[in-house]
Amino acid sequence: MEVFIVNLIAATFRVSTPILLAAIGETYSERAGILNLGIEGIMFFGAFIGFIVADKSGSLWLGLLVAILSGVIAGLLMSLLTVTLGVNQHVSGLGITLLLTGLSLFGFRLVYGGRSTPPAIPSFQPVNPFPNVPFLNTITQQYLLTYITFLVIVPLAWFIMYRTRFGLHIRAVGENPESVDAAGINVYLTRYIVLAIGGGLMAAGGAFLSLAQLGSFTHGIISGRGWVAIAIVIFGNWSPVKVMWGALIFGGTFALQLRLQAMGLQLPIPYETFLALPYIVTIIALVIAGRNASYPAALLKPYRREG
Amino acid sequence: MTENTEEKRLRFVKTDNPPFWVKPLIPILALVGTFILTSGLIMMANANPFEAYYYFLLAPLGNKVSILEILVKSTPLIITGVAVTYAFSTGYYNIGAEGQLYAGAIAGTWIGMSAHGMPSFVALPLMILGGFAAGVAWALIPALLKVKLAVDEVVTTLLMNSIMAYIVSAILNGPWRDPNSGWPQSPEIAPSAVFFKLVPRSRLNFGFLVAVALVLILWFVMNRSTFGLKMRAVGLGKPAAKFAGIKVNRTILIAALISGGIAGIAGVAEVAGIHFHLISEISPGYGYTGVIIATLGSLNAFGVGLAAVFFGLVDTGAQTLGRALGVPVYLGEVTQATMLLVALGMLLLQRYRIRRM
Repeated sequence: MEVFIVNLIAATFRVSTPILLAAIGETYSERAGILNLGIEGIMFFGAFIGFIVADKSGSLWLGLLVAILSGVIAGLLMSLLTVTLGVNQHVSGLGITLLLTGLSLFGFRLVYGGRSTPPAIPSFQPVNPFPNVPFLNTITQQYLLTYITFLVIVPLAWFIMYRTRFGLHIRAVGENPESVDAAGINVYLTRYIVLAIGGGLMAAGGAFLSLAQLGSFTHGIISGRGWVAIAIVIFGNWSPVKVMWGALIFGGTFALQLRLQAMGLQLPIPYETFLALPYIVTIIALVIAGRNASYPAALLKPYRREG
Repeated sequence: MTENTEEKRLRFVKTDNPPFWVKPLIPILALVGTFILTSGLIMMANANPFEAYYYFLLAPLGNKVSILEILVKSTPLIITGVAVTYAFSTGYYNIGAEGQLYAGAIAGTWIGMSAHGMPSFVALPLMILGGFAAGVAWALIPALLKVKLAVDEVVTTLLMNSIMAYIVSAILNGPWRDPNSGWPQSPEIAPSAVFFKLVPRSRLNFGFLVAVALVLILWFVMNRSTFGLKMRAVGLGKPAAKFAGIKVNRTILIAALISGGIAGIAGVAEVAGIHFHLISEISPGYGYTGVIIATLGSLNAFGVGLAAVFFGLVDTGAQTLGRALGVPVYLGEVTQATMLLVALGMLLLQRYRIRRM
């Protein structure tokens, strides 16, 4: 039983990592008033770019870096559409998801052809700060990226958001762009920067899957994880730390379901129930919050400086 | 961005009366822009862009088989495009057509599997009604949450898609798993429940007629009915619509449910016209593409129909191109997305003019 539990906890951190990275990226974007539905495509693109660069250059870190850069560029494209041109955010986001999914599949087919087994690369190896402590060592056996995500990315997001002037600007831009503009803060530039950071984090989440967890790239590599991240951001009330808890709850249910399936346990309910649970919980959370859900006030509203 | 600069610089100035030549120019410029942006990819695949575009957009129009295939491929896109248009026109952002489509596919398959011995003229309408009802039911939760509790519909409809994907998976791995097949797929529907062919030895079927009918109905509702007027009024602005005595929430609720129901019909059409059983890959994202088509068609019935047929052409052409020059078929998706993004950018031309000031 102890073994089952420590394995479950270890898997929870692993499974949560890509979703948490993307969700923190989405948190930045939404805090500044932009719902980025490009998230699913940006994760997919990040997974693809990371994989192909790592495969061709032999460097996993270079793969990760280029993947993050590609996410930054995707974020800037989203900014161009929604911030500069003021285009409907849902349509732009879905368009970007379609574009990046198509581009990744196109590129993958071009480079690797239509082979039936996906090519594999030697992936990132887990690290372990406590290799000799029983039980704990199972949990601490994690990828460096998982450590970075939980110990750097999340605290940093919290710090930036609540303890820096820039974070204040981000939140103000998402709440009341008119008065922020009047106060001399550049609404457009703030949103551009935030979407770029967000895109980079989303792509990093995708690259984690191809470079660490799988060591490969498949068509189903993201399979809706971006949409989960969107749900988690709302569930976490746009706060980085709560978003982290949301990602862990999702990762936990997902890992539990995987373990139970692997054990061949016959459950009275289909295992898909576990998978659907985080979505259902998020909808219920939205219902409970109802009118009081603290959406950033300017979310979905393009800011136009007329006159 | 900075104000009070002395020098004159180019600026976008909002205009309510774009010059007459701007509107027809937009699709042409979008097409040219898309061509330029995608040629790079075509050249990466070692093909000549001009030759590639011949196979891509012209060759499929040159023979009967592929013209029929274009209509087959456009059928689900027309239907989801129409579905999304009802919702978006009313300012209800239904991103859930994908899930609603699958809800309709489940209902359609269920009726189709039980239709043994039932004549087609009973089975077909029953399946369409059943698919509509299932789509309505799946759209009901987010729609009620929107009008009763003001819960944002974009997120809830999106989440409902994922939940539906798991429901389909649970059904196919559980009660409906065809014992004769190694794949998670349902047993086939009854022969009398299969949509009849419009042209023998092609895949074009009754579903296309349903799609065309839905376009005509959309046009009628939007342009000739009081309800259409109400929907558009709500879409243009809720306070003004309320002031004009329109029951805003009621209008949104009905539009959202019609939207879901029609998306459900798309699922029925795919099951009864193409696959003949339920599989989890019935839609490669038709619900999401519906949003794009509704946007490109400017929420206008015939615009939506045209955009969907054009996307059908792109999908068919991508296959022709793949066979002829070995360019990966995913160029189709890239082209559709590029076209959308370029067209969105072009809207700027219509709403703004560049001026030196």
